[in-house]
Amino acid sequence: MSVVSFYKEKNMQESQPAAPAATTKPIAAVVTPLSTTAAVATPSLQRRGTWAATAKMAFEWLLPPVIGLIIFGAIWATVSALTQGLPGPVKTWHSAVELFSDPFYINNPNDMGIGWNILNSLKRVATGFALAAIVGIPMGFVIGRYAFMSRMAAPIISLLKPVSPLAWLPIGLLVFKAANPAAIWVIFITAVWPMIINTAVGVSKVPQDYMNVAKVLNLSEWKVVTKILLPYVMPYMMTGVRLSIGAAWLVIVAAEMLTGGVGIGFWVWDEWNNLNVEHIIIAIFIVGIVGLLLEQLLVLVAKRYSYE
Amino acid sequence: MTSNVMQDRYVLIENVNMTFQTKKGSFQALKDINLNIREGEFISIIGHSGCGKSTVLNLIAGLLQPTDGYLFCAGREIAKPGPERAVVFQNHSLLPWLTCFENVYLAVERVFGDKEGQAQLADRTRAALELVGLSHAMEKRPNEISGGMKQRVGIARALAMEPKVLLLDEPFGALDALTRAGLQDELMSIMARSGCTAVMVTHDVDEAVLLSDRIVMMTNGPAATIGEILEVDLPRPRKRLELVEDAGYTHLRSEVLKFLYERHAKKAA
Repeated sequence: MSVVSFYKEKNMQESQPAAPAATTKPIAAVVTPLSTTAAVATPSLQRRGTWAATAKMAFEWLLPPVIGLIIFGAIWATVSALTQGLPGPVKTWHSAVELFSDPFYINNPNDMGIGWNILNSLKRVATGFALAAIVGIPMGFVIGRYAFMSRMAAPIISLLKPVSPLAWLPIGLLVFKAANPAAIWVIFITAVWPMIINTAVGVSKVPQDYMNVAKVLNLSEWKVVTKILLPYVMPYMMTGVRLSIGAAWLVIVAAEMLTGGVGIGFWVWDEWNNLNVEHIIIAIFIVGIVGLLLEQLLVLVAKRYSYE
Repeated sequence: MTSNVMQDRYVLIENVNMTFQTKKGSFQALKDINLNIREGEFISIIGHSGCGKSTVLNLIAGLLQPTDGYLFCAGREIAKPGPERAVVFQNHSLLPWLTCFENVYLAVERVFGDKEGQAQLADRTRAALELVGLSHAMEKRPNEISGGMKQRVGIARALAMEPKVLLLDEPFGALDALTRAGLQDELMSIMARSGCTAVMVTHDVDEAVLLSDRIVMMTNGPAATIGEILEVDLPRPRKRLELVEDAGYTHLRSEVLKFLYERHAKKAA
């Protein structure tokens, strides 16, 4: 499975027309992505040899990303050669190997290994995110279910949703009088809007047919929620959760830069003060990779809970 | 009311008007609907599309409230939907995330859950699915079975509630002719056994004549009303093939056709 999400979508589009063609033209099965190809290989394909099929698949689905990465590295290397102080890929790689050889050291509270920084950021995101789910999903249900509540909440949500979550940081600092809860507060604000809105949209889209069934069967409100609303809304909710986690991970870096403490965001700022540019570049990759993994994890969870 | 009158007026519709408020203003769908349905009777409501026949059904189901007039079922006013008036929906309306068994069980649990244990409820569910010939597909989800089977599950769900009145909204409209004929025959034998009162909305003339004791023919909307009521006095049990050459059947069929295409022909939209 290709890791980068926009590649995946492209694969989906191309694989759909390819799938029916596979019955008439066995060779077309080769373009089907993912490793399942071997399992569905037709007899004629097996005659041609699975090795050829694997090679063709590798050529079509592995080569382009590799070329992309090589071009990216080449541009980076060129720019760093022309610029004073910007380290190239090789220098950054060596620095990264050194950095990750001891990720969990603790010299003092202000000098901890990269692993601790990542874990602390993840902990803040997880806490803010969980609080947002606890508040946002039930709120979304209520707003989606009752028109009165929807109209009541509409002006508040429309007004507050476009505000950068970082604008809430001073309020958090004021109320909680500490940096860590303030950062969690910012993550909460970031994550809560997509959860409320997507859940509410899902609930409001439940087909009238299902609601008529509920009425004719005279189902209790509890049964309506657990047997009809929740299963129907789950995919919408998971979209909200996915959008939330992406945004939360984006925002944590900025929030930590402002609040300080142990975390990937503050680590970037610290390394800027130390003028350790390799570490800043490594941090960019770390943020990217962790964000990608978080999103992929939730895609898997979403698939697990989808009824289709 | 004496029990005799109750039986003759099991479902009672009195001077019902129905006006919908739409974005383009108010729209009168039904005008002066009056109908008595006897206990155990099978009624078909037939008419051109848009004549409000589904509205009549939704009123009896309690999904809609009339603008004027009253509806009664077994002597009580119909105020809201209730399990004594089960509905078979046109598009089956099964919950896609539940198996056939679970879909039926949901209804059974609601009606009998207070009095009976889980084992009994499961027995009822299995019996209902067996009645429509779906014992083998109990653990399948709706998207894994055919349209005809889905509609059978919808019928099983309605029958499992042991309703006083079964309401069918074009139950076989979305099915192919062969499947439809098979299900019509099954419905006839199920209704004969259960003796339950039924109201069916349809636009299929043969279906109406084959299944009904009376056919309620509706005029075209807006402000549609009951044009004529046709008594179908064909003896039961009815056999599809024998009826094809039956003079009575042919006559009744042509009566309905004349009503629909001569007296109340709908101009092509």
